[in-house]
Amino acid sequence: MRPGRTLLILVPYLWLLALFLVPFGIVFKISLSDTALAIPPYLPTLDLSAGWSGFMEFLSELDFENYVFLTEDDLYLKAYLSSLSIALFSTVLTLLVGFPIAYGMANAPEHWRPALMMLVILPFWTSFLIRVYAWMGILANEGFLNQFLLWTGIIAEPLQIMNTNKAVYIGIVYTYLPFMVLPIYATLEKLDGSLLEAAEDLGCGRTEAFWRVTFPLSRPGMVAGSFLVFIPALGEFVIPSLLGGSSTLMIGKVLWEEFFSNRDWPVASAVAVVLLLILIIPIVLFQRNQQKQQEAEQ
Amino acid sequence: MRKFTWFNAVSLTLGFAFLYIPMLILIIFSFNSSKLVTVWAGFSTKWYVELLQNEAFLDAAWVTIKVAVASSTAATVLGTMAAYVLVRGGRFAGRTLFSGMIYAPLVMPEVITGLSLLLLFIAIGLDRGVFTIVLAHTTFSMCYVSVVVSSRLVSFDRSVEEAALDLGCTPFEAFRLVTLPIIFPAVISGWLLAFTLSLDDLVIASFTAGPSSTTLPIKIFSSVRLGVSPEINALSTIMIAIVAIGVIAASLVSKQAIARRNREKKEAIQA
Repeated sequence: MRPGRTLLILVPYLWLLALFLVPFGIVFKISLSDTALAIPPYLPTLDLSAGWSGFMEFLSELDFENYVFLTEDDLYLKAYLSSLSIALFSTVLTLLVGFPIAYGMANAPEHWRPALMMLVILPFWTSFLIRVYAWMGILANEGFLNQFLLWTGIIAEPLQIMNTNKAVYIGIVYTYLPFMVLPIYATLEKLDGSLLEAAEDLGCGRTEAFWRVTFPLSRPGMVAGSFLVFIPALGEFVIPSLLGGSSTLMIGKVLWEEFFSNRDWPVASAVAVVLLLILIIPIVLFQRNQQKQQEAEQ
Repeated sequence: MRKFTWFNAVSLTLGFAFLYIPMLILIIFSFNSSKLVTVWAGFSTKWYVELLQNEAFLDAAWVTIKVAVASSTAATVLGTMAAYVLVRGGRFAGRTLFSGMIYAPLVMPEVITGLSLLLLFIAIGLDRGVFTIVLAHTTFSMCYVSVVVSSRLVSFDRSVEEAALDLGCTPFEAFRLVTLPIIFPAVISGWLLAFTLSLDDLVIASFTAGPSSTTLPIKIFSSVRLGVSPEINALSTIMIAIVAIGVIAASLVSKQAIARRNREKKEAIQA
């Protein structure tokens, strides 16, 4: 093998091993340790100078206590379940909001489409934090939405949206909308228009043709978009901590607080490991969907 | 047969209103003279003046820019290498693990990435500061760069590269003279993506930053937690403006490049 090629492979490979894979090993190891009032705040620590026997002693002190703790305190179970339900509900909402936009883009005159694409992508480039922050002024009790609704007379009392799960749903739909719109648009744009003509020639109405042709054919895009929203929403931290209230339980927030406020590193690590195990399922499903789509295209 | 219906027009209008009105409100109220963010009291640019005098914000902005330039440049080099290995590298031991490590960070929750990197830095006794944030940002953005670059590598005609090799180029020369110019637009967009990801990141930076290396998102987050403030609106407006100008400029440049390439192709065919 040429030395140049080896070097080319080794540099990014070693970088990722050292800064991606090894850190997970450390998280897993610390999740098996005990919390301690020390620096760093966990025990045991590996002392390499003690040699093999020191290593065996280190191994014998590791246990699954933190995982048992996660099942005993129902805060964690509730947080996992509520993250799942918030992520799922927001994904469905994003699909409902995103599909009509993607459909409108795909039906728009061809020379509009690059500009429309740009309009969807542009918010994605602006800071996530700022986009979440923008909703704080809108959803607050004295915010713009309540001012507007009071002014129109639709409501008599300000709605309490800020600091509830509703605000979190809105935040997720808003920030992740481009992830849903773009894959759906991509499938709709490729859709062969003659299929719709055929359906209409064969006596389908426009609506029926939509439900029997367009909708089923856009399924791969909807599935891809849903995963692209669901997966990051599950571990979301910024949105629940800025828009949600004290009753909004999401696992990303719990992990953050466990680490920064309680300084309980072993429990925070155990929370991270379990979250990762939960995420593996949708990630594997997503990759299968992508592979199937690629194969279908070839 | 596609028809642009009323339903399409209405859903596009509502959709784009939903995407843009929150940002418009944010921008409008950065010019409000009242401290109350939700009540209009007259036009003023005083929040911009105050922002420019706020040293904590300026320091954080400087740290953020340093981190973003360093990490996106490193990520572009590493990510391009990784993409080349993935697409042209052929078979080698541990290839599956390698591609797994490229794609996994894209879907990893930021809290987990941040936590794991922090625990690594502590385990090896590396003091937290600008350097550790750069390491962290380089690691996750190189994966984005490599996805962008490898999609370009996959789509271009390999025979041009092979011709260069047949004509006596070394593999490195072939890369520099043939491959790199072809994939260059993707490399640039990879760099831009890495740069904005770094500018934008709150969670991973919070885990990996030291006390003296506060980035702008960390600063914004800690002041926003206390509520809305017109100064943050002013800062957001500046950031939105920079991004908007950057994205529009980039798309114009790439449009020109495509037009030029098409023209050259036409001329080449005619000649």
